[in-house]
Amino acid sequence: MKELVGRPYHELRPRLGKDFSVGELVEAYLQTLEALEPHVRAYLTVTAEEARQQARALDRRLAAGESLPPLAGMPVALKDNLCTRGVRTTCGSRILESFVPPYDATAVRRLREAGAVVLGKTNLDEFAMGSSTENSGFFPTRNPWDLDYVPGGSSGGSAAAVAAGEALAALGSDTGGSIRQPASLCGVVGLKPTYGRVSRYGLVAFASSLDQIGPLALDVHDCALVLQVISGHDPHDSTSVDLPVPDFAAALEGGVRGVRVGLPTEFFGEGLQPEVRQAVLDAVRVLEGLGARVEEVHLPTLEYALPTYYLIACAEASSNLARYDGVAYGYRSPRARDLYTLYSRTRAEGFGPEVKRRIMLGTFALSAGYYEGFYKKAQQVRTLVRRDFDRCFQEVDVLAAPTSPVAGFRLGERTADPLQMYLADVYTIPVNLAGLPGISVPCGFAGGLPVGLQLVGRPFDEATLLRVAHAYQQATDWHRRRCPLRRG
Amino acid sequence: MEFETVIGLEIHVQLLTQSKMFCGCSTRFGAPPNTQTCPVCLGLPGSLPVINRRAVELGLRAALVLNCTVHPTSQFHRKNYYYPDLPKNYQISQYQYLEHPPLGTDGYLDVEVDGVRRRVGIRRVHLEEDTGKLVHPEDGTVSWVDYNRSGVPLMEIVTYPDLRSPQEAKAFLLKLRQVLQYAEVSTGRMEEGTLRCDANVSLRRPGEPLGTRTEVKNMNSLRSVERALSYEVARQREVLERGGAVVQETRHWDERRGVTFASRSKEEAEDYRYFPEPDLVPVEVTPEWLEEIRRTLPELPDARRDRLMAQYGLSRYDAELLVQTRATADFFEAAVAAHPSPKAIANWMLGDLTAYLNEHNLEIEQLRTTPSQLAELVRLVEDGTISGRIAKDVLVEMLQTGEGARSIVDRRGLVQIADEKALRETVDAVIRDHPEPVKDVQAGKEKAIAFLVGQVMRRTQGRANPALVQRLLRERLGLPTGS
Repeated sequence: MKELVGRPYHELRPRLGKDFSVGELVEAYLQTLEALEPHVRAYLTVTAEEARQQARALDRRLAAGESLPPLAGMPVALKDNLCTRGVRTTCGSRILESFVPPYDATAVRRLREAGAVVLGKTNLDEFAMGSSTENSGFFPTRNPWDLDYVPGGSSGGSAAAVAAGEALAALGSDTGGSIRQPASLCGVVGLKPTYGRVSRYGLVAFASSLDQIGPLALDVHDCALVLQVISGHDPHDSTSVDLPVPDFAAALEGGVRGVRVGLPTEFFGEGLQPEVRQAVLDAVRVLEGLGARVEEVHLPTLEYALPTYYLIACAEASSNLARYDGVAYGYRSPRARDLYTLYSRTRAEGFGPEVKRRIMLGTFALSAGYYEGFYKKAQQVRTLVRRDFDRCFQEVDVLAAPTSPVAGFRLGERTADPLQMYLADVYTIPVNLAGLPGISVPCGFAGGLPVGLQLVGRPFDEATLLRVAHAYQQATDWHRRRCPLRRG
Repeated sequence: MEFETVIGLEIHVQLLTQSKMFCGCSTRFGAPPNTQTCPVCLGLPGSLPVINRRAVELGLRAALVLNCTVHPTSQFHRKNYYYPDLPKNYQISQYQYLEHPPLGTDGYLDVEVDGVRRRVGIRRVHLEEDTGKLVHPEDGTVSWVDYNRSGVPLMEIVTYPDLRSPQEAKAFLLKLRQVLQYAEVSTGRMEEGTLRCDANVSLRRPGEPLGTRTEVKNMNSLRSVERALSYEVARQREVLERGGAVVQETRHWDERRGVTFASRSKEEAEDYRYFPEPDLVPVEVTPEWLEEIRRTLPELPDARRDRLMAQYGLSRYDAELLVQTRATADFFEAAVAAHPSPKAIANWMLGDLTAYLNEHNLEIEQLRTTPSQLAELVRLVEDGTISGRIAKDVLVEMLQTGEGARSIVDRRGLVQIADEKALRETVDAVIRDHPEPVKDVQAGKEKAIAFLVGQVMRRTQGRANPALVQRLLRERLGLPTGS
């Protein structure tokens, strides 16, 4: 049954219950997981028994002749900042090492209701703060394409799991590129929906105005299937938007003839690895060959996006992470003697250095006397970034750019220099500031590591994004390449 | 030296909602600890707040009755500080930013003290969530937290420093409670903590800018507000008269010792790092919504008092008392509708009925007696069926049992004896049995006749018509009968 692993769900689905059972599909994935996990370390928690039980239940329903829900039997992994009822949710942090939520995140609930089988919870940079998964409070995850390299982050565990065949699809969260960048580095498809498209209820907050849950998958079609299920208004999240959810799978077809693709020149400047640049431009040429019209556009505020993002994200994080205080749940320092040391010890011992750095930065940005110059100014610049994109989308339908300035970097290569690490997200961050949908699809290799093409769309126009990305995949086969680990 | 007292109040009011500000948990008071909680009000990771529309509606009602400007969009903010009763370590509140206003700003409420009317400016009305409650067991070294109250809707009302005496402050709170009760926004009971009040107090020489203020906290009743503020005013006056300077600080009222004392001063000013709450979208108040709320507002106490005076010919004093609570005024008007004798009904309500309520510590809403039952009682007195004396007893029985006046009167045979023939026998017997008072009367000591009337009333168990008894006695004793 090993040949089941690595095939997209939309190809497997018609054969489900005929050529193989849900149990066999899930078992094939659990076997791969078991074999590769010692090398990749994508998971913080594996829920094999629950997965097998769920598979048996689905097989019983199949045997009873029931029609199965849209993602029945899809073995999925969940980033460990998504709350799962009864299964610990650590956020990659020591401070939540033993936290077991009493409820499922809305996206998780919807995924379960659609029949997906959860294999486990994946590693991440602590509280989703990082671009390499090295900031995990437990251990780093490795890139299945080359174990000396990082899988990207912060959804590095989810991306690596899908790339290694340890899950067929996964959910991640994307605050500044945390789905798209690891998808790019691991050679899978990753989509960040429009802010408000997917409920954030149950996603442990990093930066509330930027966070968004999205799928990682083997190809655009599977991505569309997962997005379909998790999208839509949720009364538990006021920022989720009450808009109809289009049929994303149906929207895949139609090609790109006449679609206007914008190349933002600022995304092809200094710091971009030449092979990545070449791969992305080649991809754009493919789209042009398929009938798309390509033109240059400008996003002059790009250079301000990174500092703007770090002010807003850290400010929100400083408040969002205040609740981890050792009072009602999570880690409590045994050295706490009074209220003050309960707070200071618990947080000093429970959080890692990057989280502390961002909490301090954010606290500073919100403090009296600095609010106007930092947080408020950042909000104003954010508006300008949004306007830049609005202006572009009057001229073009989607933007094409690299997802990451480099194909990858080695473990430890950037850990000493936070600014170098922050630059890994320079092309993805502006998209979060503007709340737009973005997708990363594999478009080649540089030095043996996958390269991602980033496409960015209008608000709530994931359909066009998926159609263009799908057309690209119909014409290329980068997304069919599987990592050597999996072959071996 | 002459000083002017300057007081501003910050009032927290619990809203009359079934569920909490940002989740569906019950707001019912008194449940076992931590039984009315959910991931949202416990601040669990991943949970998100959702605004309780009813709470916003009540906030808007308050903003309207306090004559505030209601803003078409208003924003929630996070007030960041660490305390174990605050599960998220930030409180979702509203902050006065120009670009993100609270629900209502710049209103007023008129109050009257000793016939002097003062317009008290309302700086703002905003909504926020309450905190949990810390429990410190007497013997232990631990503290517990009860999160049942966490997330209960609160409205904060901040006045301008327009009050000029502790008496005015108390009058303002009474008036505020009254209008909030009328608008069905809150029960406004300080004793139960559904209305809490802090005060900023300063003194200045008339005409000069505001002096340094202290913030007085921990006042748990209207009486303690008046006492605490009087103490604080006197304390500040003494400091200033000594040539000293008032220190800006928070002072706690000690009810038992009757003093305010400075709480440990913080080394640096608190910085709450307010910023707009990114988990909530702004509250949009459409003109249609506001109009709908305005339409459902009741007649407010001042207007109702004036109407009761005009419509029923009541004195200002009586009308003022009757509109004290909406339920009292409603009871009065319902009784008058059943029997149009407003003055008598007002007298019964403000007299015996109020006495009964006070004696038994009851609210008028808790009575089993209905307005139409009171109306019936008044009618029975007016048509001579029972005497006023008997009616007092009947009312008490009505209030105790919920039985109707007519039924009590019939069952107990209390109908007034208006039959001259029947009464004459009793009158004769009383004259026969009390020769001394009879002599007194006949000697011109007219007052002694009251004794004889009383004796007749006693023998008839109060059922005799006193006027008739008087006439019969005078006839028998050969006195002029007057009428």
